[in-house]
Amino acid sequence: MSDAATITGVVFVAALLQATLFSSLDLLGGTPDVLLLVLIGIALLRGSVTGAVAGFGGGLLLDVLTLDTLGLTSLLLALAGYWTGRYAETTGRNRVHAPVVSVVVVTALVLVLGFVLHFLVGDEVSARRALLDATIAGVGLNLIIAAPVFALCRAVLPPLDRISRAGEVRVVG
Amino acid sequence: MLGLPVRRPAPRPFISRSSSALRRRLVLGLLVVLSLALVTASFRESEDGPLHRAQATAASALQPLEIAVERVARPFRDAWAWTAGLFEARSEAERLRAENEVLRQQVIQNESALQKNVDLKALLDFVEGPQFPRDYRAVATSVTARPAGAFEQEIVLPVGTENGVEVNAPVMTDDGLVGQVTRVTGDSSRVTLLTDESSAVSAVDLVTGAEGIVEHGQSGDTLVLNRVSKKAVVNVGDEIITSGWRTGSLSSLYPRGIPIGRVTSVGQLNTDLYQQVQIESQVDFSSLDSVVVLVER
Repeated sequence: MSDAATITGVVFVAALLQATLFSSLDLLGGTPDVLLLVLIGIALLRGSVTGAVAGFGGGLLLDVLTLDTLGLTSLLLALAGYWTGRYAETTGRNRVHAPVVSVVVVTALVLVLGFVLHFLVGDEVSARRALLDATIAGVGLNLIIAAPVFALCRAVLPPLDRISRAGEVRVVG
Repeated sequence: MLGLPVRRPAPRPFISRSSSALRRRLVLGLLVVLSLALVTASFRESEDGPLHRAQATAASALQPLEIAVERVARPFRDAWAWTAGLFEARSEAERLRAENEVLRQQVIQNESALQKNVDLKALLDFVEGPQFPRDYRAVATSVTARPAGAFEQEIVLPVGTENGVEVNAPVMTDDGLVGQVTRVTGDSSRVTLLTDESSAVSAVDLVTGAEGIVEHGQSGDTLVLNRVSKKAVVNVGDEIITSGWRTGSLSSLYPRGIPIGRVTSVGQLNTDLYQQVQIESQVDFSSLDSVVVLVER
């Protein structure tokens, strides 16, 4: 299966699971965001452009599934995918802690930017709930489920470096 | 053999790393502009505009899949809710036992009062608006999706205009009022929960008759009864229900008598214009599985 088809499938399933299951798992005011984690995983493995496009598509799908204002989640997730991808391509490259840093920073940024966007379009949102309760709990929950989600992402999207290393071994042998 | 130089294939770079910075920025710019255009168009156009219609069609096409996933996911969600409920099960059982005693006595008194009420209304030729639940048809349904994040307290239901559901239709469970339908398509609808920042319901204290407006509380699923005059009497434990007012051609969106919650605390400061009344709803907004939409007959 091609990379694009795999990414489309993974994002589609993640969006479905987010809308139907994970959004209702409320703990201490926050919910885990499996779609965001999948996007972070994809962006870390495939870079900024793929991350941004996958984020846009995933966000649009989530907006459709939840009958939400079209474009809001797309914008947030496209930026999140792009930033994570750029981080993986530059300072976070080959760093062991890159996934953890990405999860913490991107989850917090998505929640804060989401609050600003919803405020701008006229949605009444409690700042305390969105910026304090949801951010702390959201970051914590995402960190807890990040490891299995990233392992799944790596299983279906092998890192490109690993593909090239496999070729190297074949030549030497 | 070992001394020979080995030709190593060049490592495959990231797809986006190999692309120029200009291309990368163009893609991001395009996606951002597209998103903003979608937000603007979606926000400005009416409910029957082309974008909303396209969204409704796509949502309808995806709905069978959504329902299938929801059914598979339900045991996991129930397990989560069950585990979370364990922590408060003991205190909840004691509270319910005490409440049951009180309610048993109240039922007898209420039956007598109801009969008296019917007789008096007949004497007065009393004209009333739609009565709950007599004048409403219940459309029972499951919850298929929820928006992600803490920005919206909403749920999505797989029933729409084809089932008679209309915008502003009240939604409830056995435990009380859940919210109202704020957007409806042919076969799906979005419900804004009572805990959303934009929700407000005119309500009345069932025991004392004190009136106010129920709105979201400071955190989580808490609710407050606002605009209760300082002269009005509200006691801890009182049941709060929808008031279902009617003035001329204007009327409340909710029929009278839908339970909202119980008063947990009452306070007032000298500087405040109104009393501070906190309510606890019996509805568990975080684990709604199935609800009932009230459709006027």
